[in-house]
Parts: sequence; C-alpha cells; structure tokens
Amino acid sequence: MELKNYFDYNATTPVDPRVVEAMRPFFSENFHNPSSFYSQAGEALQAIEVAREQAAKLLNARPDEIFFTSGGTESDNLAIQGVASMYKEKGNHIITSAIEHPAVLKTCQFLAKKKGFEVTYLPVDEKGYVSPKELKESIKDATILVTIMHANNEIGTLQPLKALAEIAHSRGVYFHTDAVQSTGKIPVDVKDLGVDMLSFSSHKIYGPKGMGVLYIKKGVKIDPLLFGGGHEHGLRAGTENVTGIVGIGKAAEIALAEMREEEKKLRPLRDRLKKMILETIPDVLVNGDPENGLYNTLNVSIRHIEGESILALLDGNGFALSSGSACSSKSLDPSHVLLAIGLKHEDAHGSLRISLGKYNSEDAVNSLLETLPVVVQRLRSMSPFWTNKK
Amino acid sequence: MYSKKVIEHFQNSKNYGKIENADGIGKVGNKKCGDVMWIYIKIENGLIADAKFETFGCVAAIATSSMAIDMMKGKPVEEALAITNKAVAEALDGLPPEKMHCSILAEEGIKAAIEDYMSKKKNN
Repeated sequence: MELKNYFDYNATTPVDPRVVEAMRPFFSENFHNPSSFYSQAGEALQAIEVAREQAAKLLNARPDEIFFTSGGTESDNLAIQGVASMYKEKGNHIITSAIEHPAVLKTCQFLAKKKGFEVTYLPVDEKGYVSPKELKESIKDATILVTIMHANNEIGTLQPLKALAEIAHSRGVYFHTDAVQSTGKIPVDVKDLGVDMLSFSSHKIYGPKGMGVLYIKKGVKIDPLLFGGGHEHGLRAGTENVTGIVGIGKAAEIALAEMREEEKKLRPLRDRLKKMILETIPDVLVNGDPENGLYNTLNVSIRHIEGESILALLDGNGFALSSGSACSSKSLDPSHVLLAIGLKHEDAHGSLRISLGKYNSEDAVNSLLETLPVVVQRLRSMSPFWTNKK
Repeated sequence: MYSKKVIEHFQNSKNYGKIENADGIGKVGNKKCGDVMWIYIKIENGLIADAKFETFGCVAAIATSSMAIDMMKGKPVEEALAITNKAVAEALDGLPPEKMHCSILAEEGIKAAIEDYMSKKKNN
C-alpha cells in the first residue's frame, strides 16, 4: 500500500484491504436486514455475531458486553449520557480530566449546562498524568461516574487506569474510559483494567469510518440515547450497519493478531524520529511521556515558529501531519491538552504531532527527517522570535 | 481552504528578513491567537524605498505580511498609510473568515512602522 508520507494515524487510518474484502459481500450480495425472517437475513445476523466475538476478544470481554455504535463519539456520549440519565436520582456529579477528547468534554459540558450536573475536571501533571490521589479526593457522595481516557490522542500519555478504576469502585462509582487511541495499538483488557465501560472506534484500527463499540460490563445498566426497534438489546436502536460491523470485527481480529509486531516495527521508528529531531533541530520540546506512552506517537514543540505553517510547508512536500496550534483550529485557541500539561501558548502554537502506523517505513521516516529541518529553518528565518533570540 | 495566491506568497515569499538601520519598525501582535508581525521600512524622498517583514504565525499571517510588503513598497508614505486590511485580503484573492484577523495585523503593522518612522523623524 502506497502511503509512505502519511504520519497522522492518530487522526485516522486507511482501511486494511483484508477488512475491505470481509465487508464486500455485505454491500450488494447479502444486503438483507438482519432482523428479517429469511435465511439470507440469518446469515447477516450470523456475521454480526461473529464480529461481536472478534471485538470481544480484542478487549477480553464477553460478546454480550459489546454494543455497536456509529463511532467513538457516540460510544462516549452513550456511556456518559446513559449513566447520567439512569442515575440522576442517585447523584449529579461526574468526574473527568482536563485532557479528554471533545466527545467527552462537550458531553460533560452539556450535562452541566442543561441537565443540572456538576463536573470536576481533574488537572494533569506536565507529562499528562491524572493523579489517583486527586481522583480519590474529588469523589463525593453525589458522584455517579468517572470518565478518564486511556491514551491521549495528542501526546500519547497512558493513564494508570487500573488504579483510577479501583478508586472509583471503592466508592461505588462507575468508571468509563475513552480507549479510542489505545485499543488495537496495545493490549486493552477490560478485566485487567477493571473498567465498567470502554469506547473504541473502528477507523483508528484500520476499519471503516462510522463504526464504534461501547463495551458495557455485564450487570451495568445505562439508558439508551437512540430509541426505536430494540436493536443491540434495546441500547442502540437502528438497523445494524452490517458492513461496518463486519469491518470493525475483522479490524479487531487483525489488530489482536498483529499489534505486537506493529509495536516492534513502530517503536524504534518513533524513537529514531525523536532522537534525530532533537539532534538536528535546536530548541525543541518533547511533550508527554513517549517512553511510557503510545509507541506510535511523538509530540514536539518546535519553538519560535507556528504549527499550521509547519504543516503547510510539509504538506507542500507531500507529508501529512497534525498540530495543536491555535491557527490550525477554528477556535483560535491552542490545544487544551498542551495547555493542560503546562505549555506556554507560543509553545503549544509550535506543536507538531507525528503518529505512525502500519504502512510507515524507515525510508519515509528518513525522508521526513530530511525535510523537517529545512522547513523549520525557513520558517525560523522569518520569525522575529528566532532571529532576535539572544 | 487557502487561495492559490495565499499559498504562493506563503511558500515563495522573498519579502522577509531584517532591514539594518531601518527608518521605522512596526511591531504588532494578536493577543488572542498569538501571532506576531514586525514590519521594517526604509524611507527615501517620502517614498517607501524598501520594506521587509518578520512574522511568527500561520500561513495567512505570513502571506498577508508578504502581500503588505508588496503593496507598500515604492509608495508614498501617505498612500501606504491608507492600505486597509480588506485591500490586503482582496489582493490575496480572499482569506477564510476565521483568518481575516491576520489581514488586520498586516494593516496595523504597516501603520505601526510608519508611525515609528514619523516619531523618530520628529525627535531628530
């Protein structure tokens, strides 16, 4: 597959050709509604159950704990709003972190603004870690949910979920995690982590877009967001996206089989990127905790220049990356994650995220390492912060 | 999202750098997004004989800086003072709405550089 200069796998991934092949029969050959009576419909239903088992295996869960959704965003919404709706009589307090994905943050903000909830946003330290001690001190009698992400999408920091979930449970509080960035990259075992709910997404693991999973531990009850024909045990109505479900199932199966190989290949590439960038470009900050975080992610602040400009010059050379700069967002605010780990505005502005995936090669990494210093040099020669640096 | 002209000015601008012993330097910045633009000018016989920019900012900030230099160079000081942000944006075949503030920075930069020149002249 020709994708050599794509370095934005945390944003999305191409669909693995084996996943496309698995999905293909369910577009036009077997298009049947899985809820119908005839035998072809039974085959579609059977395909869904195979996918459910594949997704369950990836998480070390039971198939009846897997609920298919339209993606990570819906899974997060379903978990948080589902708990809020079900347990609002019990309490109105939710705890999350300052570095969550907007799917979690904005859902919490909505509940606070429109539904009478109180939300605590736990701060993180300079590497992006939530403190278990701080979580412990934040739980109140009114707390009904703790939702903290597994791996951060921008800096790759992995939270100590096991410890955090234990603390929530010691106070009888449900624990949800957005594991969109970790699932499929590293082993994610819901039993070991001890989480009650977990979200993951198909398009981050070489599956199709528009598909996600919410794992809900057996016995945990939440309200649905979508009402209708009783699909997914009444938790997520709507005729099943059979092709998408088959796709996420196959992607989960491949991820489980190949993630260790991926790590073996990608970790050294990422480490080489980090080492060489620090050697060839002065005034670079490494954000997060690369050694202990996601092995495919490197986030650096290239000081004295701005991220969107870096992206644009790299794009002109055929490289696809992303940045947490204010200029590359419509809001004009730099990344909330980079600000939460204590970066100054101008350093968040100059951030660059390199996220590797299975179609990256050493050649591509080398050519990025050749181009990046040239791009940085050009932009720095234009920047008053650089040319007037003492 | 950007016009061809914006990209061209961003990628190929030769208008950046310092002017040693500039007659005026305008230093402006946008507090909200963090962009910073410095405009250097050299004045001869009431004309802007040379101008250069140094900018920390996005594609639009760099492109508007470069276009502002093109537009002011060779112009009488009074004419350069009349350059508006809209004129800079139009000369670039437009900017995305959320990037219009970059053109305001360019207008402010030109004005600040000329004001700096005027106040130095007065003090001499």
